[in-house]
Amino acid sequence: MNILYFLIGCSILMALVFLCAFFWAAKSGQHDDVHTPGIRILFDDDKPAADRGAEEGERF
Amino acid sequence: MLSQNNLCNYYTYNTTPGQTQKKGGQHFEYLGEPSIISQLVDYTDEDITLITFYIPSIHCSSCLWLLEHLHKINPGVINSRVDFLKKQASITYRHKEISLKELVEVLAAIGYEPLISLQDVVKEKQGSLNRSLIIKIAVAGFCMGNVMLFSFPEYLGISDLELQFKNLFSWLNLVFAIPVTFYCARDFFTSAWGSLKNKVINLDTPLAIIVGVLFLRTAFEIISGSGPGFTDTLSGLVFLLLMGRWVKQRTYNHISFNRDYRSYFPVAVTVITDGKEKPVPVNDIHVGDRILIRNNEIVPADAILMQGEGYFDFSFVTGESQPVSKVLGEIIYAGGRQIGEALEMEVVKPVSQSYLTRLWNNEAFKTDSNKIKNFNDTIARYFSAVVLLIAFGSAAYWVSNSDSDKAWDAFSAVLIVACPCVLALSTPLTLSNVLGLFDKNGFYLKNTDVVEQLAKIDTVVFDKTGTITSPDAVGLVFTGSLDSYELNIVGSAARNSSHPLSREIVKWIHINRLYAVDRYKEIAGKGIIAIVDNQEVRLGSKSLIAPDTDQANNSSSVHVSINGSYRGFFKIKQQWRPELLELVNELKKSFRMHLISGDNSGEQKRMLEIFPPYVPMYFRQSPQDKLEYVKRLQHAKYKVIMIGDGLNDAGALRQSDLGVAVTDDINNFSPGCDALLSGQSLSKLPQFIRQAKTSVGIIKSSFIIASVYNLIGVYFAVQGLLSPLTAAVLMPLSTVTIITFTNIATSYFAKKNKLK
Repeated sequence: MNILYFLIGCSILMALVFLCAFFWAAKSGQHDDVHTPGIRILFDDDKPAADRGAEEGERF
Repeated sequence: MLSQNNLCNYYTYNTTPGQTQKKGGQHFEYLGEPSIISQLVDYTDEDITLITFYIPSIHCSSCLWLLEHLHKINPGVINSRVDFLKKQASITYRHKEISLKELVEVLAAIGYEPLISLQDVVKEKQGSLNRSLIIKIAVAGFCMGNVMLFSFPEYLGISDLELQFKNLFSWLNLVFAIPVTFYCARDFFTSAWGSLKNKVINLDTPLAIIVGVLFLRTAFEIISGSGPGFTDTLSGLVFLLLMGRWVKQRTYNHISFNRDYRSYFPVAVTVITDGKEKPVPVNDIHVGDRILIRNNEIVPADAILMQGEGYFDFSFVTGESQPVSKVLGEIIYAGGRQIGEALEMEVVKPVSQSYLTRLWNNEAFKTDSNKIKNFNDTIARYFSAVVLLIAFGSAAYWVSNSDSDKAWDAFSAVLIVACPCVLALSTPLTLSNVLGLFDKNGFYLKNTDVVEQLAKIDTVVFDKTGTITSPDAVGLVFTGSLDSYELNIVGSAARNSSHPLSREIVKWIHINRLYAVDRYKEIAGKGIIAIVDNQEVRLGSKSLIAPDTDQANNSSSVHVSINGSYRGFFKIKQQWRPELLELVNELKKSFRMHLISGDNSGEQKRMLEIFPPYVPMYFRQSPQDKLEYVKRLQHAKYKVIMIGDGLNDAGALRQSDLGVAVTDDINNFSPGCDALLSGQSLSKLPQFIRQAKTSVGIIKSSFIIASVYNLIGVYFAVQGLLSPLTAAVLMPLSTVTIITFTNIATSYFAKKNKLK
């Protein structure tokens, strides 16, 4: 059963890693604005103008 | 402009993006002054500058997309980030390639003109408090999770096999309890200590005692090896308490409640020195300076009109609904907005001592203590007293039975089990539920305390202009006779004038046929004379048209004559908000009403059609009068809700127990207040008050439910029989009950009050 000591150590260490990750996220301001990124992710990357013309051509 | 820069995507994100671009010569010259720039920017070095703008017109995802692609429109922009809820854009740019002025002009050209006001100059930092709370919650949650894990064997009963771990688990728990007590719960200790120093007891006092006792007893048990301690209860308690705090702090960050005159004032004004125009920061204006005020600009300091025809809109300052014309040599108070031609004025008082700013130096703005005490702090005092009494009583009982071990057990157990954590949780939860509910209905409260204040209101004071009248719907009434042909020629003549009243007349007439105007003459401050279709049309003040008629000479009426014969006059009539009648009928059942207006008493008759005759009405009240009036009501022990809209009510809004600003666009300027009410929701006000009252009732009943749990716990505790397991079960159980109860009750009453 001594392996339990090792496992407990591991579990606490893992939890600490996650806690630190959370600290980092909070400090870098990721929780300051939770609304805008949700909209931002929906934007497409820009396509060059020529491509877009071709794409529109396909559509019709 | 958009397609030029390959930004056509703009129109694909939203079917109705954009707003019509506003015309009008905006003057950004002042943004070229280094002294002004340095006050506005957040950060600057040799190459780049970072600035944050407040852009009121951000309203959809297309706005966001366009603003974040600014670098395509102008390569000088490096990066721009938009905070949608706050309607702010942070822009990083190379100031060698694009100046601040050019940047603002680009923004204005694409329809996103930033609102730059004096308040930007005095930026206040915020948000760090919230961040540290989030971290504390994370730590508490982390410790709670681990403690629960290590406490499991204890709950389930320890077999011989696990016995070897028992000590290790206890010690680990103790280690986790240390950050919970000394880091996460630190705020409770400091707050309790602070209130004790002021010789008052707030809700944090019993909480701090409990956390302290819990930790001491746990440490004592674990170190002496006599038991497992209460680490699970401790960490769970702190976690829940912090959650309660977080819920309470979560208010709207997109609405500013603390605006004052500074956000209404411009940053800079044009000063004329030796015939040259130069923008100067408003705070640097001295007595004797010549300033230039253009159309739609605001007079920043009390000044004398030196040149030009003044026509000022004081609606924000005094509540006068109609623009007033001013002649040379008159003193114009700060806050007036010029409509019409550019004016030259001489400053007679610095900004800080002007009429409007003096109001802000009133004592009502310096203290915050005139608000109603909330339920929690009141109950906390009695609660603490009772709990301490029981704790000491049971300890004394066991000591007298010469069982000192049990005395300590019982003493600490009573404190632990009688925890008012339910109060600390149910109050913010219920109130934030209400906050969210009001939010959906167009009523935005500053924080949760406002709900409790709202519940105690018994007197409603209305301001008139802009509050109960609708600012956009100005109606014209014509008294006299004009046939449709005559209306058309009057309209044709009035079209040539840029005077606001002429524009209203043109709107009202709906010209069918336009007639050529042969001769046109505008006499400043008097009116217009024009020959239209060979008829002489005169429009304007009484002295110009009909000096001998006995019509009252009113600045807001326009008289008409055609070919020298008097035909009647146009008069501006304010429109009530359509919901007003319903609101007044509902309110008169259970509230006292008062009406104070900065406007003249011309509308009193029409008021009486809506308000019952016993409602006191006061007219021509200065902002200071309004403040004093509210104060008098409060001295008579009334709890006053002030409903106003402008700077002219700011003092009264602040003085009242609850200041509500009515606005048609929540992102527009509104004065400092406790709550913002959107114009359409005005009729729901009685429902809001009723809901607030029931919410306070819900909190009280949840307190009774919690007391039942506490009594059960105390029953065991006084006998010294409280096991950690009972404590660990009892606390979450009561918490879950309370949360369920408050949620169900709030939504039930919301339905009943028709607020969904």
